Amino acid sequence: MTPTLQAFLVVSAALFSVGLLAALSRRHAIFILIGIEMMLAAANLNFIAFWRFAPPPHPATGVMIVIFSIAISAAEAAVGLAMVITVYRHYRTTNVDQFDQLKG
Amino acid sequence: MNPGLANNLWLFPAVPFAAATVILALAKSRRKTAAVLAIVGQVTVLATSIVALLASVQTDGFRAVHNFTWFTFGDQTLRLGFVLDPLGAAMLVMISLVGLCIFVFSVGYMAGDKDFTRFFAYLSFFAGAMLGLVIANSLLLLFIFWELVGLASYLLIGFWIERPNAAAAAKKAFITTRIGDMGFFLGMLWLYNGSGTLLFYDGGRGCLESAGLAMLGASATFIALLIFCGAVGKSGQFPLHVWLPDAMEGPTPVSALIHAATMVAAGVFLVARVYPLFSLGAVNGVTSSLTVVVWIGVTTALMAALIAIAQADIKRILAYSTVSQLGLMMVSLGVGGVAAGIMHLLAHGFFKALLFLGSGSVIHGCNGEQDIRKMGGLRRIMPVTFGTYAIGMVALSGVPLFFSGGWTKEEILHATAQWPRSQAPYYLMLAGVVLTALYMTRQMIYVFFGSPRASAEHAHESPRIMKMPLVVLAIGAIFLSVVLTPAWPWLHGYLTGEPVHFELARLIQPMLFVSLVLVGAGMALGVWFYRKAGARDRDRPAEIDPLEYAQPSLFRLLANKMYIDELYACTIVAFAWTSAQFSDWMDRYFWDGLVRGFGVIGQVFGIVTAGVDERGINVGVDESTVGARGLGRLLSGAHSGQIQLYLGVVAVGMLALLLLYAWLA
Repeated sequence: MTPTLQAFLVVSAALFSVGLLAALSRRHAIFILIGIEMMLAAANLNFIAFWRFAPPPHPATGVMIVIFSIAISAAEAAVGLAMVITVYRHYRTTNVDQFDQLKG
Repeated sequence: MNPGLANNLWLFPAVPFAAATVILALAKSRRKTAAVLAIVGQVTVLATSIVALLASVQTDGFRAVHNFTWFTFGDQTLRLGFVLDPLGAAMLVMISLVGLCIFVFSVGYMAGDKDFTRFFAYLSFFAGAMLGLVIANSLLLLFIFWELVGLASYLLIGFWIERPNAAAAAKKAFITTRIGDMGFFLGMLWLYNGSGTLLFYDGGRGCLESAGLAMLGASATFIALLIFCGAVGKSGQFPLHVWLPDAMEGPTPVSALIHAATMVAAGVFLVARVYPLFSLGAVNGVTSSLTVVVWIGVTTALMAALIAIAQADIKRILAYSTVSQLGLMMVSLGVGGVAAGIMHLLAHGFFKALLFLGSGSVIHGCNGEQDIRKMGGLRRIMPVTFGTYAIGMVALSGVPLFFSGGWTKEEILHATAQWPRSQAPYYLMLAGVVLTALYMTRQMIYVFFGSPRASAEHAHESPRIMKMPLVVLAIGAIFLSVVLTPAWPWLHGYLTGEPVHFELARLIQPMLFVSLVLVGAGMALGVWFYRKAGARDRDRPAEIDPLEYAQPSLFRLLANKMYIDELYACTIVAFAWTSAQFSDWMDRYFWDGLVRGFGVIGQVFGIVTAGVDERGINVGVDESTVGARGLGRLLSGAHSGQIQLYLGVVAVGMLALLLLYAWLA
């Protein structure tokens, strides 16, 4: 069976939905970060899929963007974790419901 | 001509004014300084005026004029000026000499008064205003001094301000003369309109000189009559004479000053000053304006002489006598005897001041009593006052030869007899002569003869400072008869500019005998009729006047001043009262109602706008703010700070957009 673009997009959409659900429903800051990473991964998967099923010849644009995206998400994860640790030190909790000091 | 003299004429009013100002600035207790200042000022003025008189006697037709520009308004230049001519110079000497006597007398008369300094300040002011009036060479300047004289008389008549009578008399004098001044003012405006100048003498261009008079033409009659209104008010002529007797409320020296040297003299002087206006276009010496002057004078002279017979107040008798004498002067001016009128004015100044100061001495001696019925027998107690008073009385009655009033009175009668229009004034004047002798005899008998009654029992002679002026004035009254004698009429010639020569024969004239007979008749009648005045006579009680006993209704008419005050009260005053009431009513109900109506409209409008504001605009604003607040609260609920809620909303939004896109595609 030859993999089709639809199959990739369905998987990607599912992965994004799972990540979104995690980001919206979990109360733990680290799980929200994980959800965000999952949504990023879904986006990266879409890039690769559209690149793979585009008409030839293929310059390596899709792969290049995804490599950049992974690097940026790694940096983002590092910053996010650092923020979580800082916030934890301040509030003694990682529960995002408690973080409402900035509300207008 | 002497330009230095004319340039310094302003000193005449300035010296007494300066004295008055300094005295006013003094403390009340500096009585001696005040009196000395006032008298020194008056002596200075007297000396200067004698110098001026001597200077003016040396040249025939002397006239020194000094004009100056007061202010320039656009292309109109208003010029004022001073003039010294025989008329003015003679008046200056009379005013300053009589004034000086009155000042000295006042030192004694007012010795006990608490406002001694104020009195002397006013006296100086009064004298200064009158001196300025005499030398003014512009009708406007004359008018200014004229009003200052009016103000001074107001202040002095009402000097004892704590007495309601004095305050009322001062107001009456001021308002009554103001009525005449209104006419004067209108006449002045008309004159300025007609001739373009108010200067009397201006090198041929003045309003009394031929060029100015030619421009006036027929309107001169009306101008003269309007100016005469002012003279009527000031000189107490009928029908504006009512203030003069009431002016007796002032201190007696003031009465003397008003009735002799100043104030009343001003009216006669004014007519003499602007005489060319009256006589313009005269035929045979008669013009319509002069005819009016004659009849007003005759009416006044006779009426006042009649009223004087029935008065009981020593000063009021003299007041009516003044009114009567002023009428005589007016007649003289009206029939063309200007010099005679002015000479009588000068003579009258002396003997009337003498009589008033004498009456002041009597009142002072009787401790303030003014009712002649309560005096009597004073000739033994106050010999000096009696002697000088008798001289004044015979001068006023017009006994010829040795007393000044006689000559001038004869001259006036002589001029009146020759009036071409009518003989009536002449005969009425003759009757006036009899009446004058009669009422003066009555007063003499009541005051100085018989036995002392109520107030006279503790009477005393006045101090020397009061007797001295009396003697000076009495000598003046006799001495003037030498000056005025028709045998050598130099004063007449000096005033008219005609050449004079000595002629003894003129002493004996038919008029002399007419005068002698009439005055003798008046005095004899008085002596016979009033010989027992003040005493019991058969069925007549002592306190009833002989005339009252003989003719009660006639006496009542005269004693009540012919009811002229009452007539005014029920006509002019009543009219003024009614119109004031009407104006008050209009003001209170009509105009006030209008204003209140507008007020109500404003109030209603205010209530309506307040309602709209509170119920409409305010509620709308309130509601919208409440709504905005609710909306804000609602929306702020969305801003929960829950990052996941925001994300959820973003996700739902994205989904909605996707669905929209899908649906549109």
